Amino acid sequence: MRTLSARVGLALVAVTLVLAVVGPWVWGEEAVRFDPLHTLEGHSSAHWLGTDDGGRDMLARTLAATRLSVWLAFLATLIGACLGVTLGALPSVLGPRGARAVTAVINGLVAIPVLLLAMFAALVAGTGTTGAVVGIGVASAPGLARLTRTLAAGVEGADYVLAARMLGTGRLRVLTRHVLPNIAEPLILSVTASLGYALLGLATLSLLGLGVRPPEYDWGRLLHDALPRVYVDPEVIAGPALAVAVAGIGFTLVGESLARAAARAPVPPGDGEEADVPLGRSPRPGPSGALLEVRDLTVSFGGVTPVRGVSFGVAPGEVVGIVGESGSGKSLTALAVGGLVPYPGRVRGSVLLEGRPLLSLSRSELGTRLAMVFQDPMAALNPALRVGPQLAETGTVHLGLTRRSALARAVARLERTGVPGARARAHPHELSGGMRQRAVIAMGLMGDPRLIVADEPTTALDATVQRRVLDLLAEINAASGTAALLISHDIAVVSSRCSRVLVMYAGRIVEELPSDALRSARHPYTRALVASVPTLDTDRAEPLATIPGAQPAPSDVPAGCAFAPRCARATSLCTTALPAFESGVACHHPHEERPRAGEEEW
Amino acid sequence: MKDDGGLRVSGMRVRYGDLTAVDGVSFTIGKGEILGLVGESGSGKSSVGRALAGLVPYEGDVTGAGPTQMVFQDPYGSLNPRLRIGDAVAEGLGRGGTRAVRKAEGLRLLGLVGLDEGVAGRYPRELSGGQRQRVALARALGARPSLLIADEITSALDVSVQGAVLNLVRELRGRLGLSVLFVSHDLAVVRYVCDAVAVMREGRIVESGTVEHVTEHPGHEYTKALLDAVPRLR
Ligand code: SF4
Repeated sequence: MRTLSARVGLALVAVTLVLAVVGPWVWGEEAVRFDPLHTLEGHSSAHWLGTDDGGRDMLARTLAATRLSVWLAFLATLIGACLGVTLGALPSVLGPRGARAVTAVINGLVAIPVLLLAMFAALVAGTGTTGAVVGIGVASAPGLARLTRTLAAGVEGADYVLAARMLGTGRLRVLTRHVLPNIAEPLILSVTASLGYALLGLATLSLLGLGVRPPEYDWGRLLHDALPRVYVDPEVIAGPALAVAVAGIGFTLVGESLARAAARAPVPPGDGEEADVPLGRSPRPGPSGALLEVRDLTVSFGGVTPVRGVSFGVAPGEVVGIVGESGSGKSLTALAVGGLVPYPGRVRGSVLLEGRPLLSLSRSELGTRLAMVFQDPMAALNPALRVGPQLAETGTVHLGLTRRSALARAVARLERTGVPGARARAHPHELSGGMRQRAVIAMGLMGDPRLIVADEPTTALDATVQRRVLDLLAEINAASGTAALLISHDIAVVSSRCSRVLVMYAGRIVEELPSDALRSARHPYTRALVASVPTLDTDRAEPLATIPGAQPAPSDVPAGCAFAPRCARATSLCTTALPAFESGVACHHPHEERPRAGEEEW
Repeated sequence: MKDDGGLRVSGMRVRYGDLTAVDGVSFTIGKGEILGLVGESGSGKSSVGRALAGLVPYEGDVTGAGPTQMVFQDPYGSLNPRLRIGDAVAEGLGRGGTRAVRKAEGLRLLGLVGLDEGVAGRYPRELSGGQRQRVALARALGARPSLLIADEITSALDVSVQGAVLNLVRELRGRLGLSVLFVSHDLAVVRYVCDAVAVMREGRIVESGTVEHVTEHPGHEYTKALLDAVPRLR
């Protein structure tokens, strides 16, 4: 509710509600006082907005009419909400056939123009106030019914609803216990917004003479009575017209701002600082030799810091792995290396690619030197474009190739990654998951990159496909000397493909070691992690090793060693002092270099 | 796999429109036995589980299934975010008995899956993924099933907590004599948890047998390929 429109809406609604309460008390008497001597007058000092045919003051009548106008809108909305939600919830308690029938009815009703429905219902319910209220209420029901149905159908697909059904929970109870509580919020918001529409609708009906009848009066009725004089004394309609506008716009703005606030995806906590990427401000070039040099990399979102001072390097042609569980900061590290940390993230520290700060590289230079591969290949491909031309675009935009040679290069790169050249004409959705990931890798290879950063590139793939994609990365590395940074939660994947492994925990690198030394890791976390992976030769007679507790969320990483609450070797030193990263390990009490035979415990 | 009154499935077929997801599958699960159903995406393994749980219609004979419950893959989707853990677990207990009795039974179930009583008053968002899967297990056990279907229940969990859930499944089987259909894509996990395994591909079972036999002496080319693809720690 921080936007301007929300504030304006709230102010308008507040004014309206106050008037609705006090209006009739303060101005009620004056609003009905007949004054035969001053009928049908225009603006005067006694009657700012003139008088009506009974000599009654229009300003007083407008203010006093607030209560009835708002109250009727409220009633109409209530009718609409009850009808709409009931109708929309009905399919949830009926069997599949009944549900389909009711859903079809809802869809049919939504297609009828709202005004038509309102008039029809008003005529059926009888003329006058009742007719108008029922009419507007009925007219707003189909929209709400469809919203209810859509939201309910979403929740009904959730596993917890399936679980409840299997436990024998009845349909009605599933509705009240599982479905309604989870859709209540958006429903309430949309009902609030429809208050505004009801207000406008009722005013329209009264204006047409279909609503409130004398001696009762609402804003619409006042408009109706004043309308014939609009060319003589235009000020007489100003009051009710402004009132309808203020209240109608107010409720609509509030309802829509609420809905927008609720629909917004959860943003990482923080106050939305500038997404500045002060990478590599240090003037001195990185050490010669390292292809990628990351120093003191820190990524924060507001007060939360998921990556805390990460430093490492990748040599040309080297394959380095980063392993970590969810919340370790490994993926944000990958994004920072590619300069892709999303708003409002803040990146500090330096990232040097071939000795040059990331910031000094143009998008094209970056795009041709560095290839990024993510878990979901669909996110990296434009679904509307054929794969070949899509890859060729990189060639024309970043490499300055002609269309023809770019396409030839695209086909060559696709074939190199194992996508048959003929598939270049396919759309991304026509390819299998493995083929899609190959196409993404092929896209990265368009510019002959020096480094491929692959974040969980095979996690969504089947094991046999995963293996072939990993083989492909290894082959590219062997053939062209392309270095790779392979990021994964799967320690087996990382160890089988990388020469060196960085282990991340709670935003920090806790250990760096050759991948064939993982079994004799020195950091207690690495060792516990290795022990907890079931393999094809795990002893089935023993319980599987596990690590008690869970990794702390980035928002509550403790002082001292973040692993201390789960560590069997922890001492009081560990909970107070952050262990420094020395000779490959950040731990106050690391294991011996090589475990002696029999000393397998950690 | 012997006939001791356990589950017997023969000639199961599951169709979604024109697509035949499960194409004539037969297997048995003895009492207190854990059968692993392994395969890649699209093999039909999850459809077998869903059919047995009554969530999708099937053709074919199933005998001896008894009351069946299921635990799902996604620990974040399987609990109603608006329901306290205690209430979620009590859902399986029916509405018989007093509130106090149901509450006590709920706490007993939470204890059974290794969670302490304090969890009962909390909401799912306050729990870790591993804890949520335990809650889902407790809720299923409340209905006293004789067959439990576990559909990829650890594939969304971190390795360091996956072990605890796997240990729990083995322990519960031992303690409650539960038959379990353990659906998974991970052969190493299946080998650890299950007694027997059936390998599925394109809707059919291509190989089945005891876990030792299938993982050590695979007979089918596809099983060999699956075993080869398991990433190994160096
Ligand atoms: S510093 Fe202490 S708590 Fe942290 S891993 Fe080392 S021994 Fe364990």
